[in-house]
Formats: sequence, C-alpha cells, structure tokens
Amino acid sequence: MERYITKQNLTRLAEDLAKTCRVLAPVSSCGSVTFRRFQPGMTMDLHSRMAAVSPKAATFPQTETLLVVKRDATEKKPELVETLPQGKSVVIGCRPCGARGKLIFNPVYETDKIKDPYFISRRDNTVFISLACDRPETTCFCHSVGSGPADTAGSDILLTLVGDGYVARSVTPAGDEIMKLALFEDAGDKGKEADAKNAEARELMGEAHDYTSAPAKLLARFDDMDFWQAQSAKCISCGACTYMCPTCYCFNITDDDLGLNSRRIRTWDNCMSHTFTLEGSGHNPRSTKAHRLKNRVGHKFSYYPDLHKGVIACCGCGRCIKQCPAGVDIRQIVNAAQEYSE
Amino acid sequence: MSQLDDLKSAIKDRLGELECVIGWEQGYDALHATPLFIRTEADLDRLVIGPLAVHNLATYLTAYKGKKIGVVVKGCDSRSVIELVNENLVNRDDIVVFGLCCDGVVSQPKIRAALPADPGFVESVTIGTDELKITVAGQTVTLKKSDVLADKCRVCQHPNAIIADVLIGTKQNPAGANSLACQEEFEAKSDAEKLAFWQETMSRCIRCYACRNACPMCVCRDYCIATSRDPLWLSQDNSPAENMMFQMVHVSHLAGRCTECGECERACPVDIPLMLLRRYMNKQVKDVFEHQAGTALDQTPPLFTFKVEEERIHERGW
Repeated sequence: MERYITKQNLTRLAEDLAKTCRVLAPVSSCGSVTFRRFQPGMTMDLHSRMAAVSPKAATFPQTETLLVVKRDATEKKPELVETLPQGKSVVIGCRPCGARGKLIFNPVYETDKIKDPYFISRRDNTVFISLACDRPETTCFCHSVGSGPADTAGSDILLTLVGDGYVARSVTPAGDEIMKLALFEDAGDKGKEADAKNAEARELMGEAHDYTSAPAKLLARFDDMDFWQAQSAKCISCGACTYMCPTCYCFNITDDDLGLNSRRIRTWDNCMSHTFTLEGSGHNPRSTKAHRLKNRVGHKFSYYPDLHKGVIACCGCGRCIKQCPAGVDIRQIVNAAQEYSE
Repeated sequence: MSQLDDLKSAIKDRLGELECVIGWEQGYDALHATPLFIRTEADLDRLVIGPLAVHNLATYLTAYKGKKIGVVVKGCDSRSVIELVNENLVNRDDIVVFGLCCDGVVSQPKIRAALPADPGFVESVTIGTDELKITVAGQTVTLKKSDVLADKCRVCQHPNAIIADVLIGTKQNPAGANSLACQEEFEAKSDAEKLAFWQETMSRCIRCYACRNACPMCVCRDYCIATSRDPLWLSQDNSPAENMMFQMVHVSHLAGRCTECGECERACPVDIPLMLLRRYMNKQVKDVFEHQAGTALDQTPPLFTFKVEEERIHERGW
C-alpha cells in the first residue's frame, strides 16, 4: 500500500497511537537524540540526526523483568509472578538500519528448540515506522552489509520525505492497518519522487565494500594475537559500541533482592566487558581487550554468518564507530583481516 | 619548523628505546582524530596534533606498566600523568612524556550545534589559527575556534604540559576566566530543580561505562564495583536512580584524584554533562584540602592520608 502523510499528521498519528500503545520516537534533549516514550505535547526529532542509541530497546529492552518473587513473612512458599510483556508498541522515525537490527535476533531467540517468549512477544507486538535516509553519514555502510538507505526489511512502513510530508509504503499487514487511518491521504504521483530520492540516497553511498571473504579471513586470524593486540590498542573496553548496536543481543541475568520480594532481571550485556566470559572458577578465557574485540568483530562478520546462511550480524548504521570514545572503526578492522597477507 | 615537525623529530629520536609512542592520527572522517600507536618511523607520517586531538592518552598508560613507552600530552593530560605517578600507578622512569603547549581543543557537541547539518555529513575541514572551515552536506561554514572550544579549555590554568621530557611549541597563557557559566547556573538551581535535572538526564544513561573507561584515573576497570556480582553492590537495572548511584560512586572515588580532563563527559554517547559533578567535587576538595590533583609531582591525594585533626575541617567547631 502507498499513501502520503503530512508532517503535521505524522505528529497527530503519534499522539493518537500514544493513547492505546507505547510509542517510541526520537526526541532531542540537551543535544542528544534518543528514543523516548512519546507523549502528546512532545516534539519528535526525525531529521536533525540519527538517534544516538538504536531502537532495539523496543523489542529487547535494556532491563527486562523476567519474573517477580513475592514472599510473605508468614508464608513459607514464595509466590512466583510471571511478567511477560503486555500491550502493543509503535516505533516512529527509526532509520531502516535500526528496524532491520532485530532480524538478526530471530534465528537466535526463536529456534525449533528455544523460543524466547519475552523477545517474541515484543517483536510480534511492535510496529516499526521507519524513515528512509536521504544521504549517508561518513560512518554509514548499510549498503555493504546487504541493506540500503530505503531498505524495508524489519520495517512495517517506510516513510520517504517528499515535500512537507512523507510518502508512506507499507510492507506488512500491521503497516496496512495503520495506513488505513484517515490521517493518511492519497499519494498521487508523489511515489515517483520518493523513488527518485531513494535512488539518489543509494547513489550517494557509492560502491559497496565486498565482505564475502570476511568470515574465512577473520577465522584465519583467530590465533594471531599480535593482529588483535594491534587492532585493539586504542579500544578502552567500554560497552558503548555494543549498547548502541541494533544487532547486539547478549544479556545478563541477575536477581535484585528487595527485602521480602525480589525480581529476576535480564539486562544488556556486552562482550567488551571483563565479566562477560568470567567463569565461576575465576578463569577468564577472554582476559584482555584484544580477546574481547576479536570476539565482537568475529561474531558479527564471521561466526554468525557461518551459522546463519551468510547473513552479516551488522546493519551498517555506524553507531559503534561514531560513538566510540576512541574512534575504533570496525570497517577498518575487518578490512585489515581481509587484506592481511602472511 | 612547525610544532608538528618538532614533535615528530623528538619522537623519532626516542622511538628506538620505546615499546611505542601514543599520539593521534586522523580518524574516520575529517572532523575526528583517533589515538595512534607509533611503533615505526613510517607510523610517524600519520601523526597529527591540533584542536581535534581531544583524547587524553594518559588513559592508556596503566596498561603498559613495566614497559617503557612514550606519550604525547596536552597540558590537561599531563596532570593525569602526574597523578598516575603520584599514586604509584605508573613508574615515571618508564614514561617519556612529549609535552605540548596547547591552545585548546574543540567540543564536538558545540561543533554539532553550530553546523547547518549533521556533522556526520562532513566533507572537509581546514584548520586555521583561530578558525575551522568545515564543509558539511555541500555547505561551507567558518566557525571561530573560540566559539567551539571545549569547556575545560575556557578555564584552563595549565595549557603547557606540567611535566615533559621534551616540551614542544611556544608557551601559551592560562585562560583569564576561572569559572564557567554553565556550572554557576547549575549550582544556583534549587535542590528540587537539580533532582529533576538528574532524573531527566540519567534516564538517558545506558550504563555503557564509557565515562569510566575513558577516565585516566578510573584504574579498577575490570574489577569495578559497578559490575561485581559477589557482592552485588549495584543493581544492573538501568533506572535513573541506579544510574545516578553509579555516577555518585564514580565521582566519589575520584575525590582529590580527578584532573578535570573532561574525558568522562566527552566519551558519553548520550551527552550527559558529567563534568557538573566533577567540577563541584573538585571545588570542595580544593576548598577543604587546598589540593588540585596532578598539578605537582610528590603530592599525596588528601584521601590517601589520615590525620586525626584535618587542618580545615573543624569537627569540634560544629
């Protein structure tokens, strides 16, 4: 389905949807743009810059309560309360790369044997209304990892800025449902303009880098710690890259004791952290930042593709590059492995 | 010779005896520098200095303990080297300090606010003495360096490296101002306003610990209490209250040790103004102990000592 929505009506759409569901939209505060729970009266910041943090929290929140344990001082047996996420969510104004991120989670959180009810419930109850990019940032490389500035994979509706509004294209039944609302109007021949803008944005990205050899080339460097020490020299081993990343899906589980009650929470983990692989014995197979960065790059460009039909576990949004306090560039590391000669 | 040429020649003279020398090179685009680990003379060709060379490279020193290495420092960064030496975290004899006379570095958020388009669309940057000419998304603008200077540079009292085995460049004068309007405005707020401010700001924090790991004085790193499991000091829940608790732990552990390099705030991917906490704490430490971390060798951080009666804390007078 193709229709058109003015900027003003997009805000009204967000306000209307916020009455019945959780709406997440990019909002600017002190110069930082992040996805916030949208409430009527707030201003969405769709165009000033890509949100610093990806919209992955919509389907994989930083803190998910897995269960609550309630104890009564007189009762011996504690009561376990399930906390499966309820209700619907709509993400408005993420970029195609951000919406696509969760597709990487699917083969991990939903297999024949394992089904993660928290992720699946959130994924199936969240609609993504993405905004096509009109020009690439210096850190963008979505076109090199099988995507592009107007990719619809992972989105329900894709918006393209035309005039004082957006050409809206729905690619799922959930998207169709929203676009039946009266806030959308006939697109007329604006679709052609949207096509031209999408093509121009792709053109501006230039030639894609070929990562075909990356899985094998990275594996070939697996035991070469000199290589990884050199690549990780400037890494400060913080978690900014993984927490910003739309495709990083690792988590921790901890119990918070709150007096008689307690709760089990699942929180984002990151493979740059010492505790990520710290074993109960005290042994840590990834004792240095070189081991950890090797895992992060290897997982995205080698191990995951090898397990999942060649799909690279990176959507090319560039957040890990531009938000890295030390300017570590994942493209440069993969290139170094690809170009490495003995 | 230019300051850069002088620096290259000084590094070249010492490189043979060192594991590496840490400096800066051009980063992923024209508006960003990134740390450079110089091991060969060929690497030296990539060295850059100037207003984009923002990183405090002293942060890397503890990782090389026991090895002889070189580091390029601005005045502010040299304070971190001194503090690390004073706390026996690095050995002075193992470090060759290439000190710069610095005329200030930029604040990327200030540049972002001053540009007509997202800095991610940068095409080219020309750095002049007092200005930066930046082309972004097809538009060229000239920004006055003084308008986009980092806050710490506006009140910098140590533009020239305090310790240096080689000092490069012409000595710069300290800044005339010694307080920042943003700090004064914040401190003038009521408690209720401050609480509301931090609740809003800390709701953005994602506990990535970039602030902690970028800090040259946060040396616990892998063994930080924020991520310990046994005991579990802090909940991993990223609620504003827990996030603020972590920041309070962070700032308290830096009392008398923070050299105000501003790396915590610079590293924050969601622009949390952490220096509001640091500057306030440092002011208290200065008032009570007459101490400013990293300004002289052989200082002892006040909380590293114990006195039955602190000279300026009049317990019995309360």
